Amino acid sequence: MNSAAPLLSVRGLNAWYGESHALHGVDLDVFPSETVTLLGRNGVGKTTTLRAIMGLIRKRTGRIDFDGKDLMRLPLHRTAHAGIGFVPEERGIFATLTVDENLILPPVVAPGGMSVEEIFDLFPNLKERRNSPGTKLSGGEQQMLAIARILRTGVKVLLLDEPTEGLAPVIVQRIGELLAALKKRGMTVLLVEQNFRFASRVADRFYLMEHGKVMAEFPVGELNERMTLLHDVLGV
Amino acid sequence: MIFGIPIQAFLGQLLVGLINGSFYALLSLGLAIIFGLLRVINFAHGAQYMLGAFAGYLLLAHLGIGYWPALILAPLIVGVTGIIIERLALSRLYDIDPLYGLLFTFGLALVLEGVFRYYFGVSGNPYPVPPLLAGGTNLGFMFLPIYRGWVVVASLVICIGVWLAIEKTKFGSYLRAATENPSLVQAFGVNVPLLLTLTYGLGAALAGLAGILAAPVYQVSPLMGSNLIIVVFAVVVVGGMGSILGAIVTGYMLGLAEGLTKVFYPEASNIVIFVIMAIVLLVRPAGLFGKDA
Repeated sequence: MNSAAPLLSVRGLNAWYGESHALHGVDLDVFPSETVTLLGRNGVGKTTTLRAIMGLIRKRTGRIDFDGKDLMRLPLHRTAHAGIGFVPEERGIFATLTVDENLILPPVVAPGGMSVEEIFDLFPNLKERRNSPGTKLSGGEQQMLAIARILRTGVKVLLLDEPTEGLAPVIVQRIGELLAALKKRGMTVLLVEQNFRFASRVADRFYLMEHGKVMAEFPVGELNERMTLLHDVLGV
Repeated sequence: MIFGIPIQAFLGQLLVGLINGSFYALLSLGLAIIFGLLRVINFAHGAQYMLGAFAGYLLLAHLGIGYWPALILAPLIVGVTGIIIERLALSRLYDIDPLYGLLFTFGLALVLEGVFRYYFGVSGNPYPVPPLLAGGTNLGFMFLPIYRGWVVVASLVICIGVWLAIEKTKFGSYLRAATENPSLVQAFGVNVPLLLTLTYGLGAALAGLAGILAAPVYQVSPLMGSNLIIVVFAVVVVGGMGSILGAIVTGYMLGLAEGLTKVFYPEASNIVIFVIMAIVLLVRPAGLFGKDA
């Protein structure tokens, strides 16, 4: 396991949608170059955790420390500049922007991101369709674009919300390969995933969430001995 | 003769329609940009147009600053006041019901018009046509006052320029993206609050520019905006709320439709735009260029 200090450290995170209390004290750590997956049934607060870390949910309490910075104090548009990138579940591809414009929309926040050429080498489909409106792409291509545009920005941590949802198995496999390639480059990933088989292939460590908090944590090596628990909580 | 109408009268009304359409297009463009991004129905737009005309008038009357510098200064003044209004007041209303933005800008328009009415009355003040654009030219089939031709050309250039800036530049891509999903664009690290402020300033500046362009054509009067703004709202509705291209094209089209109606059935010319609006709302509720929700 990692002996280094965590890159992202969350303590006692509470979050609310209006009056609805969604997170009840989430604690988690993500270490450099690690892929961590949040598991749990629908509605336990996985997406909410990502959105609260990113600052998209403003009604939140607790501590979020990232790379020595206190994210709780930053306005939404400064969070990305701290070095953290977000790929939402709905992908967030803009219909009124071309593929090219979608790709270069997020500002570069640190050196070390991929160049547009590198991205097009990795995703030749996007290059072919660079002048089409972003939402004319297939679901899989939109997901690639949603990830690709964050890779350009040079962020250290990727918050990735259900990247395989609704995609064909062959595309899911490509996204798995992409995550493996990112890991080689040293990217740190906090992943929310319903597809347990996919998650078990890409993740180093798991947090299991229930009722708005973390109920278990274990590395990928303990996956087999935890199957009973997972079966009870997830129904897998 | 066209349908029993002398061709001079026909083309003359068509030109008047095109001039009016030029102002409809400029004003509805600003309204559409503001509505698209801020979701605020800017009822102060007519007052900002009036402010642009008065800025030109006062610059000339008190400082001797003529038309050409005023063409830059008037939009700048109105744009900066727009930025101040957005920072001080409008930005505090985004998180609550959009009705408050509408009520606030409506109240602001009443205050501005009231203040100018108090100091300048309602009779209107003339603004001279700049010497370079004075006089007219005989096109053979009709007489064209040069200034009016200039208004049509200037408005076209500005509308196409703004449209290109929104469609083709980086700033424009931020604007389009934030119109679709402001919080995601902000999560990417774009300073969306600043973008909202600048956009309101840009919309207000466009109204101010229309105002100074209008000053030599119409009288500079405190009520010049409120007479126009209702028609401009109809233009925005026909074009499709928030559609930039829709606002521009519909502005010219409805100006021409109004001019043509003056030729064939003058009694209906004041209501033709609203009749068109009613028909469009029945057939295509999202407007001619709007996306169906």
